[in-house]
Amino acid sequence: MVKALRSLLYSEKVAPYIFVSPFIVAFVVFFLYPTINTFVMSFQEIVGLDSARFVGLENYKKLFNVHFYNALKTNTLYTLFTLLLLIPIPILFAVFLNSAFVKGKTFFRTSIFIPALTSVIVAGVCFRLMFGELDTALVNSLLIKIGLPPQKWLLGYWTGMLLMVLLHFWKTAGIFMVYYLAGLQSIPHELYESAQIDGAGAVQRLWYITLPLLKPIVIYTLTIAIFEGYRMFGESYVFWNEGMPGDIGLTIVRYIYQQAFQRNDMGFGSAIGIALLCLVMIVNLIQLRFFGMFKKERD
Amino acid sequence: MKKKNMLTSIVLILFFIAVSILFLFPLYYLVMASFKPADELFRNGLDFSINLDLMNLNNYRLLFTDGGGVYLSWYKNSLLITALYTGLGLFLSSMVGYGLGAYQFKGRNFIFLLVLFVLMMPVEILMLPLYKLMISLGMINKYSGVILPFVVSPIAVFFFRQFVSGLPKDFMDAGRIDGCTEIGIFFRIMVPLMAPAFGAMGILLAMQSWNNFIWPLIVLRTNEMLTLPIGLASMLTPYGNNYDKLIAGSVLAIIPIIIVFLFNQRAFISGLTAGGVKG
Repeated sequence: MVKALRSLLYSEKVAPYIFVSPFIVAFVVFFLYPTINTFVMSFQEIVGLDSARFVGLENYKKLFNVHFYNALKTNTLYTLFTLLLLIPIPILFAVFLNSAFVKGKTFFRTSIFIPALTSVIVAGVCFRLMFGELDTALVNSLLIKIGLPPQKWLLGYWTGMLLMVLLHFWKTAGIFMVYYLAGLQSIPHELYESAQIDGAGAVQRLWYITLPLLKPIVIYTLTIAIFEGYRMFGESYVFWNEGMPGDIGLTIVRYIYQQAFQRNDMGFGSAIGIALLCLVMIVNLIQLRFFGMFKKERD
Repeated sequence: MKKKNMLTSIVLILFFIAVSILFLFPLYYLVMASFKPADELFRNGLDFSINLDLMNLNNYRLLFTDGGGVYLSWYKNSLLITALYTGLGLFLSSMVGYGLGAYQFKGRNFIFLLVLFVLMMPVEILMLPLYKLMISLGMINKYSGVILPFVVSPIAVFFFRQFVSGLPKDFMDAGRIDGCTEIGIFFRIMVPLMAPAFGAMGILLAMQSWNNFIWPLIVLRTNEMLTLPIGLASMLTPYGNNYDKLIAGSVLAIIPIIIVFLFNQRAFISGLTAGGVKG
């Protein structure tokens, strides 16, 4: 017995299974089981926590309503706007911070990165403070100074959208910049030297060398940004934690939260979850295709 | 030519000074506001100056005394949950990553594929069944309910696996010849070699846990069990009457991370950008 145990401890065959066992357990209990459960629940009407009855596609039919449509629209627009800011601007930061012209790179990089450390709630408190409703709040007094009307930021769809996008940009630009910096540092220096000998200017070098070689990282950041865009929750919660007048700030995940936890409709909540899963899968598939195409191109 | 370079340099440096001010300003504004009386908070206009006559520590005093000092409980909960999650998460994820990176065995690729699959799945869709599971396991409103479901972090497993794949395996054979058990080889020989990966992932997990929002929001039910982000969010009201405490509480909530960051920038950056490691 003791001997068998001993040989087990020394066995190269058994060891890897011992090492990966925590993942297997966690996967089955906290991933596989809940995933199957979501599918099952999405076909059920759940009253209380124990009694459920199957209602067929009823929950999915309920998806065709104006609130879900609004949530989908808000997520899509939000994702689009964050992409428009989060791809080009951090690339610009990275390219400049990688050039020999800038002194004090570490300081600048640190300053841009620091907002990434804040939680979405703390960041949201900062923004609520700056974008207060009163005419004397920071941004409104700035607007008045340059002759524009002050805004009730949280009450308008587009001003609300602006706040969420800015908040996310402020928190994420530093991380994206670091990705691009890592990508830039892996581009061999000789490429630039030979291009310079051939008479390529700075803009041409950026366009014909830097950007094409950054492409894998751009695709990667694009994927994360889309992924994060569709699962967004905190950015909306921090601005409209109680009610969302006219569905301002209603996103897909907030809709799940609202239906499941505030209105106790777990079945419908699960159906929204499955819809979100499909969306994310489609995005992933498109992204995989992109990656595949890119690989072929390079070989 | 030299002159032109000089000019580019100056323009770029001015540009980045402006950018840095823009990025740091919201935090500066938050810290300044935390010392101001509540009725002044939204009346500052464009005045960013430090006016010591108006500033005091009342908001902080209020934060600690109001509501029976519940803020301190939130702080304690955040610290404990972060410490437990990070410690346990590092232990388990490094084991799994090591198993996948250091051995050839049947099912290895399949398990790695599962890790990637979990990585690509938004946790938000699992909230409802996980919530039900937590109820039946009796983990609602407990630290264990916040920590356990996500303690084997797929991103950390992925990172450790990549890291271990790049380590020389000769050390393992040397350990075997010296009569070390496989588990002994992991703890005594390989873990020390994995130190940089532990640094990066420790910071990533700690920050994820410290700032985590949606899952603790669901699991934690009573006021004194909340973590900092959930507690602060509970102070947000449409009437804005809690801003004095809210702002002071927010400032104290970011201070630990900023301090840790300033001392370990390199590990922080490699941790937070861990997903970018290519395999």
